[in-house]
Amino acid sequence: MKTDIYESKIFKVSRRDFLKSTSMSMTGLLLGINLSCSDTSKKLVGNPDYIFSPNLFISLNGNGDVTLIAHRSEMGTGIRTSLPLVMADEMEADWSRVKVVQAVGDEKYGDQNTDGSYSVRMFFTPLRKAGATVRLLLEQAAANEWGVDVADCKANNHEVFHSSGKSLGFGYLAEKAAALPMPAEGSVKLKEPKDFKYITKQSSIVDLRDIVTGRAKFGLDNNHLPNTKIAVIKRNPEPGAGLKSFTSDNAVKVPGVLKVFTLDAPGFPTNFNKPLGGVVVVADNTWAALEGRKALDVTWSKGINADYNSLAYNGGMLNHAKAKGKVRRESGQIDKGLTSAKKIIEADYIVPLLSHTPMETPCALAHVHDNVCEVWAPVQDPQGVRKSLAEALGMDQKAVTVNITLLGGAFGRKSKPDFVVEAALISRTMGTPIKILWTREDDIQHDFYHFPAAQHLKVGIDENNKVTSWLHRSVFPPIGGTSDANSKEASGAELSMGMIDLPYAIENVCCETHESPAKIRIGWLRSVANIHHAFAVGCTLDEVAKARGVDPIQNVLDLLGNDRTIDFNSLTSEFWNYNEKLEDYPWSTARFRNVIETAKEKSNWGKNLPKGSGQGFAAHRSFLTYVACVVEVKVDANNKIRIPKVDYVVDCGVPVNPERIKAQFEGGAAFAASLALKSEITVKNGAVEQSNFHNYQVGRMSDSPYETAVHIIESNEKPTGVGEPPVPPFIPALCNAIYAATGKRIRQLPVRLT
Amino acid sequence: MATYQLIVNGESREVEAVPNTPLLWVLRDNLSLTGTKYGCGVAQCGACTVHLDGAPVRSCSTPVSAVGNKKVTTIEGVSSGESLHPVQQAWMDENVPQCGYCQTGQIMAAIALIEKNPTPSDSDIETAMSGNICRCGTYERIRKAIKRASNAAAK
Repeated sequence: MKTDIYESKIFKVSRRDFLKSTSMSMTGLLLGINLSCSDTSKKLVGNPDYIFSPNLFISLNGNGDVTLIAHRSEMGTGIRTSLPLVMADEMEADWSRVKVVQAVGDEKYGDQNTDGSYSVRMFFTPLRKAGATVRLLLEQAAANEWGVDVADCKANNHEVFHSSGKSLGFGYLAEKAAALPMPAEGSVKLKEPKDFKYITKQSSIVDLRDIVTGRAKFGLDNNHLPNTKIAVIKRNPEPGAGLKSFTSDNAVKVPGVLKVFTLDAPGFPTNFNKPLGGVVVVADNTWAALEGRKALDVTWSKGINADYNSLAYNGGMLNHAKAKGKVRRESGQIDKGLTSAKKIIEADYIVPLLSHTPMETPCALAHVHDNVCEVWAPVQDPQGVRKSLAEALGMDQKAVTVNITLLGGAFGRKSKPDFVVEAALISRTMGTPIKILWTREDDIQHDFYHFPAAQHLKVGIDENNKVTSWLHRSVFPPIGGTSDANSKEASGAELSMGMIDLPYAIENVCCETHESPAKIRIGWLRSVANIHHAFAVGCTLDEVAKARGVDPIQNVLDLLGNDRTIDFNSLTSEFWNYNEKLEDYPWSTARFRNVIETAKEKSNWGKNLPKGSGQGFAAHRSFLTYVACVVEVKVDANNKIRIPKVDYVVDCGVPVNPERIKAQFEGGAAFAASLALKSEITVKNGAVEQSNFHNYQVGRMSDSPYETAVHIIESNEKPTGVGEPPVPPFIPALCNAIYAATGKRIRQLPVRLT
Repeated sequence: MATYQLIVNGESREVEAVPNTPLLWVLRDNLSLTGTKYGCGVAQCGACTVHLDGAPVRSCSTPVSAVGNKKVTTIEGVSSGESLHPVQQAWMDENVPQCGYCQTGQIMAAIALIEKNPTPSDSDIETAMSGNICRCGTYERIRKAIKRASNAAAK
């Protein structure tokens, strides 16, 4: 087992920003008593007004209070807790003395785009170093105070102890530590993993009490700006298309309605930053705005997607998938391999458009005044929001402040700044603070949807029962098509999410795509293209096992071959390793094998189950995290699918916050069950047909797993994310379990048994 | 506009609103009680759940004019000061929330369930909570928390 933990290479904050000495003395108001004199035998505190800020993320005052900056957005993953815990651990701070403060959007914090499951991966080591540097400064300050060697001084739980047993408190040492020069980089020693106090240990989230008491502030919960007005927008049902005419006569008669005006439509393609335009209704209160909007009489223009019908479009994608396409990865001779095969497995897979539907719809509070813009919004990418606001308002970014509230779910939707830009543009027009509300109908009908996909797989097995050929065609509109009409075919990154990163040792492999231009705004949804690729690959592998007459888990282990790291760059020039180099985060079949074998053991794989029940298996690496999943289903006489048990095995390197890792996997299972069993967006004549939870169904308690066991592999490998990796393998494991229970193959989502 | 005297969390509150204004928006806009959330506006998701005389209702679909003398309880009114309601405590003990947005509605639905049925079965829980959506998927822990609160009450 390795004892050191390697650092991510893509961290962009400079060492200077992390370690700069910007200690400042607070003069002026004296608040309370200087406690430093109260106990001369044990000096715990110093000047309470002194704040020691050795870096951007950590400050310590003379009372010993620690403030840690959370610079990533909290949408339910627990990141607002997990990264501060990392700093506190290395600093030897007492967690009960720590206050977590959310950073505003500012490039000085480095990457803040909370997306792609990389927060822990990117910031684990830099924030450990930030904490360890402060620990060393405090130890040095104590050593100087005592006139002893720093090597004999050790920080422990908010105090520094000398080997003789005497100690000084962090508060007392704050001002003295601030006077010291920054230690040389080599002198900062990170903790040994065995000495972790918070990292890898259980911990509750910092917002827990505020959440259960209703005090937590989400996007629409800030009521501190006087004269705030409420805005809603009526948008063209065909996203991006314009307005022909409207009358507001009845709308303005609604008591409380203040103003009705238009925002320009962007056309199509558009981009992530631009609002969709439409007719804006501003009112004194939310209900007046909604009633005013209802009273509008609007005639819309038709845009270039007025002929978009999703059923026909998906059928067209599938027709393409059945024909030879553009080769994106190829080894061996696929045609020859398939021709000479003894058995052929051939299957087509369809996944529909999906909406994110976070429980909190897009919303924001914005105030544009005196050449500045302030917003309070639930956003994943605060720096992107800041830039978009500056562009939309013609302001310098320095004039724009983006305060990040808690996000009431996001799943990728709130990485787009469009709704915040709406609020700011309306605030500028009105001259008052504006809260924008997206109703659930707005959300479901004007999302950046998860792409629909059609896939065709053809697998050849030779006379020795060996899989020799694997043909995979994947057709879906790329996310790039939302903003670029020339982007018509899946990108290498999108294909590296479960298609061209196929790890199996098969002689003839061919991966192909076709063009499929976007006809609606497409965006990334939790685990992105892994959703449809893992579904098709995982279900096809189950069919291959059946055809070979081999247990499904044994089948995958057979195909995986010897333990090795796979150099995908030599297999295709388009491989993408989630923005990391393969040498830093290799594709390890040994780690993959380990999660699979552990899942077999932990799930009691192959146990006897009554008729109508079954187990299914799938494994998938995404976002550099290795996951194996066994799902047990029970299908009753009415074809209601129940999920009594799920077993996940996850290897995400060092498990930084195991409690939240478990939560992400439990929730990921429910999220995946929801999309697999319930959800589908359809489009007719350019307009989304669903509007609310009655016709865009999502998983409720009875649709979700009853019990999810999460087995975390102990590891000192570099930590990787867990927000998205639970979703991909669950879906094929579920569908394979349905096959085991009913004999019915599922090749189209959502699952329909009748 | 009409004037209504509401009893909210034990206090008499006067609000001005048009009669068909949903209680949700009166609570949030007029009274700044923002613990009650908007999720769908059509009684499909339960994020806006409050109690009227102890019974769970969807405040997004309850006109203010229909409230009358019924006592309105919101999440802000189920506990006072530092002591939590046993259901809130169970929610903390089980670390239920992820994003947290739907949890106040979930807790209000759970409190109403436990007050009516102190020892609910799995099936009782599923039925009572079927109107509350959680997109983070915290359902397993919601069930556990309700059982924990139920056991605590039984002691």
